[in-house]
Amino acid sequence: MMKRWKAIRRLGPLLIGLTLLLSACGREDLSTLRPQGSVAEGQYGLMKLSIGIMIFVMVVVFGIAAYVWVKFRRKPGQNEIPEQVEGNFKLEVIWTAIPIILVLILAVPTIQKVFAFGEDYSADKNAIKVKVTSHLFWWEFTYPDYGITTAQDLIIPTNKKIALELKTADVLHSFWVPSLAGKTDTNTDGTINKTWIETSKEGVYLGKCAELCGPSHAFMEFKVKSVSQDSFDKWVVSMKEPVQTIEDPAVAEVFKSQCLSCHAVGEQGGSAGPNLTGIGSRESIASILLNAEGSGNTVDGKPVKDNLVEWLTDPQLVKPGNKMPSPKEDLGLTDAEIKAIAEYLADSKVSY
Amino acid sequence: MAHAHSVKRHKGLMDWLTTVDHKKIAILYLWAGGFFFGIGGIEALLIRVQLAKPMNDFVSAQQFNELITMHGTTMIFLGVMPVIFALMNAVIPLQIGARDVAFPFLNSLGFWTFLFGGLLLNLSWIMGGAPDAGWTSYTPLSSTTYSLTHGIDFYTIGLQIAGLGTLIGGINFLATIITMRAPGMSFMRMPMFTWTSFITSAMILFAFPAITVGLVLLTFDRILGANFFDVSKGGNPVLWQHIFWIFGHPEVYILILPAFGVISEVISTFSRKRLFGYSSMVFATILIAFLGFMVWAHHMFTTGLGPVANALFSISTMLIAVPTGIKIFNWLFTMWGGQIRFTVPNLFAAGFIPTFVMGGVTGVMLASAPADYQYHDTYFVVAHFHYVIVGGLVLGLFAGLHYWWPKMFGRMLSERLGKWEFWTFIIGFHLTFFVQHFLGLIGMQRRVFTYLPNQGFDLMNLVSTIGAFLMGVGVIIFLVNVVITARQPVGVANDPWEDGRTLEWSIPSPPPEYNFKQIPLVRGLDAFWKEKTAGHKEMTPAEPVGPIHMPSATILPFLMSLGIFIAGLGFMFTSDDFGNNFLNFIFNNYIVTGIGLAITFGSMLWRSLFDDHGWHIEQDELNEKGVKA
Amino acid sequence: MTTPHAPKVTGALPHEPEKATLEGRNKILAFWLFLGGEAVLFGTLFATFLTLRNQVAEGPSASELFSLPMTAAATFILLVSSLTSVFAIQAMHRGNKKSLMGWLSVTVLLGLAFLILEIYEFSVYMIHDDYSMTTSAFSSAFYTLVGFHGAHVLFGILWIGILIGQLLKKGLTVVTAPKIYVSAMYWHFIDVVWVFIFTVVYLLGKAGV
Repeated sequence: MMKRWKAIRRLGPLLIGLTLLLSACGREDLSTLRPQGSVAEGQYGLMKLSIGIMIFVMVVVFGIAAYVWVKFRRKPGQNEIPEQVEGNFKLEVIWTAIPIILVLILAVPTIQKVFAFGEDYSADKNAIKVKVTSHLFWWEFTYPDYGITTAQDLIIPTNKKIALELKTADVLHSFWVPSLAGKTDTNTDGTINKTWIETSKEGVYLGKCAELCGPSHAFMEFKVKSVSQDSFDKWVVSMKEPVQTIEDPAVAEVFKSQCLSCHAVGEQGGSAGPNLTGIGSRESIASILLNAEGSGNTVDGKPVKDNLVEWLTDPQLVKPGNKMPSPKEDLGLTDAEIKAIAEYLADSKVSY
Repeated sequence: MAHAHSVKRHKGLMDWLTTVDHKKIAILYLWAGGFFFGIGGIEALLIRVQLAKPMNDFVSAQQFNELITMHGTTMIFLGVMPVIFALMNAVIPLQIGARDVAFPFLNSLGFWTFLFGGLLLNLSWIMGGAPDAGWTSYTPLSSTTYSLTHGIDFYTIGLQIAGLGTLIGGINFLATIITMRAPGMSFMRMPMFTWTSFITSAMILFAFPAITVGLVLLTFDRILGANFFDVSKGGNPVLWQHIFWIFGHPEVYILILPAFGVISEVISTFSRKRLFGYSSMVFATILIAFLGFMVWAHHMFTTGLGPVANALFSISTMLIAVPTGIKIFNWLFTMWGGQIRFTVPNLFAAGFIPTFVMGGVTGVMLASAPADYQYHDTYFVVAHFHYVIVGGLVLGLFAGLHYWWPKMFGRMLSERLGKWEFWTFIIGFHLTFFVQHFLGLIGMQRRVFTYLPNQGFDLMNLVSTIGAFLMGVGVIIFLVNVVITARQPVGVANDPWEDGRTLEWSIPSPPPEYNFKQIPLVRGLDAFWKEKTAGHKEMTPAEPVGPIHMPSATILPFLMSLGIFIAGLGFMFTSDDFGNNFLNFIFNNYIVTGIGLAITFGSMLWRSLFDDHGWHIEQDELNEKGVKA
Repeated sequence: MTTPHAPKVTGALPHEPEKATLEGRNKILAFWLFLGGEAVLFGTLFATFLTLRNQVAEGPSASELFSLPMTAAATFILLVSSLTSVFAIQAMHRGNKKSLMGWLSVTVLLGLAFLILEIYEFSVYMIHDDYSMTTSAFSSAFYTLVGFHGAHVLFGILWIGILIGQLLKKGLTVVTAPKIYVSAMYWHFIDVVWVFIFTVVYLLGKAGV
């Protein structure tokens, strides 16, 4: 008994320290310090190397500084003049040479990784190609090889390289999935940036826009959902199945005239707004209203239907500055119609 | 030429508006910088209040974007730049043994254009909305398509005018340091602060014209309908990023180098030792400035410039660590073997070293491009540049202000209050920004007006906000200190710290308007210290006492700047409908712009046609004052 | 190193009156520095132009637009004006005020001729070709670069014009001499910039490279 108590006493602080450290490392699906994909792992490796070197530098500098401050304080009555040293060639060479060596240690893997991450997999037959288009304030994902367009949730199979081609529809945004890979800008000058991600773990990873793009920059989030190859194949089939229509013909008409002018469901509709096919299975509505049905949102998710109603009732309240017309004020939808459309969309699911 | 002895000396407000005395202009810069620093600080606190808890609605998303834009722009261009210029003005002519700067008239002009530019920028708050595209104002977010108010016009034109003032100041200090040094003061005998200011001025000269062009292009796009950044007409938004950072990166070295100079002076003075490795310090400063122009694309690693460019800019950026490291170790070994006194200036210098080192090492981390893909545009970057600019530059400026305050105002700031100020400020600073490194690493991107709960951000953001208020307390204690000090009588010794090494400590505090009754003869580095250790109380003069020629006070710089201000304001509203025929008429026909330009060019013409012969302070007067002092 | 003392304006002028006083030497030094800044300014404008010179959108390209004979004539005029300003400085060093004022006047007239040609060129593009600042990225870059230079020429003409007036009123002294000297430096600078503009904008544009 005594022994165990001692062990706990000894291990306790360690455990507390570990928990604190882990919490400082952030969420598994969001933190750069808990990489879940090969790119992020490479970047984390570089971070650890550089942090190591930098801690060494800091220890040396702080150590000398502390020693000097304590040792060479002017004592009362100390009036003789200290020796006026001009410099010391040997010392100066040392503290020029050591930083150069440290920089070299960091530079070599940096260059290796720059080229490794700059690899273009868009011609690779085994890679899944996805075209990413950023909009104020949402993300569009197109799979050219499968003829699928979706928004907000990027579905990827595990253990495959995902070759991304990024562009923007308006201002500069930056594509960032911290736990999978660093950022790539979606350029505004018409050039297409290419990058890639890869993970072996199934799960949902949080993505964010990292470049100031307007009022709702903070809310321009998305998810990367990695699933098994089987599930991915199922999803591809499911996305292409014909979609149900709204039963009530009046609401169906409103939906067609007001919503489908910008949004698409299945084969029908426009492309100015996010594609809504299978929206009932997504992780969130409007990036920030998390769906309880989603896999990672047990704490703060709400039913997808409620989220849809909240969004459709006043989009500007949820996401200030977004480009969707207000269904009630601009498009003249009634609360009942909004509810019916929300129900319909919540039921619009795809299977994995 | 007649000796205009009975020259009209202005009093009160008119004195300040017309002065060409570098010491008074220094004080003007200080108050103006302090004013804008206060505005930027309040903006910072509002930002931190908004971010104190998740999904906060203290300010709206739009207001938040205006706050961050104005906070960054104000702090960099209108807060710290003028305080740097205040110190440069107050100290450099004294350190090089000169009676004034090379161009007193331009000196005043530089101040007033800066001030009017800053005022114009801040007018945006009450004239329809502040700029909202970040201090970087990337296109096309800053184009008229996405930024509908005049905010960005205030940004482009306000910065243009303020930048003009900075450029004028830079040229003036370059010329001053090149030609006005006292006999015997070779370049390698110049005090370190003069050296770093010299290099900073050179960087201003080569960096500011780039942003001038950038701002012109953006102004033309927004007001004249040009297409520099409009993709549909062939424009190129990435061009803005290049132009901005070709200026923007040197700009951060422009800011930090004078702080290096201040720290060098303070550490050496309060260790009672000459600066260790003076020549390598000079060399390192020049190298930093040189490399500073070759690293701009490290702000654009995620833009997709390609692996080759990213690799090259990674290496060039990391190289800056080498000269910076040289400086740090030289400071440490200046103290080694010395007799260190922790006065308030030295306390700030001591705080500077570890804090700046932390900002420096995160800078090297950021230099590694692949890792930067993760850090870029997150709170890690926010933490990094605040460690460098606040932990480096602002601590340096506080050190410099406490150090030279007695020289500028003839009164010592309270050491007791100063210590309180130091500890609250530095503890608040680390509380605010240390956690932000981790916020960035665990996934919080920068410039977000709020964040969802349960992401692990909540606690650290709250800590950061608390820290920010503690920093605010530190600043308030400083202001209290200033007010209390201002009520004490003038009259400290020439060398109030007793260990002064450079020429400014050899003359009265505050110095007479002509600075040196006789220009001193400089016999080595740390000229005054050298004389003191040789047993002399004063510098050896290099000339006999004679009448001293002084430039006349003039209102023209003020008028010229006022004209530019009016012209800028007029240009901004050329295509607005005011709903008022008269206003429409005068704005839409460039009449207001014309009036402003007429005032400016008229003043220039006046200046060109009527020579300023200046006036003389006669020998009798000098001797009288000499007796009094 | 000299002490900053007031110049005595009496007596015979030295050979180089512009460098006789500290104020004069300071002015020349600062003006060199200023020209360094101006070089960065035009460098950035050139970089912008080079980036955008083929981005003509719907508008005409450089080779469709430009007429080389006219710009060649303008170039010739400006080059000659640089020469005449050299003659002016030589006259100043000889202390010959009359000749100095004469050469300055020729310089101003040549500058004016250049400016008139440029305004005519712009007006042809704007009215005849309906080609303005808003046509394309190329047009914006063209008008801004060449227009900035034109504004510099205009400022130079006014400046030298005023200096001629000052010479008339105050004579050639150690106060007026540095002003004339730096205005000549300025004039050479905008001449050099024009040589680059002629090459990069017009010759390369016409050649369609």
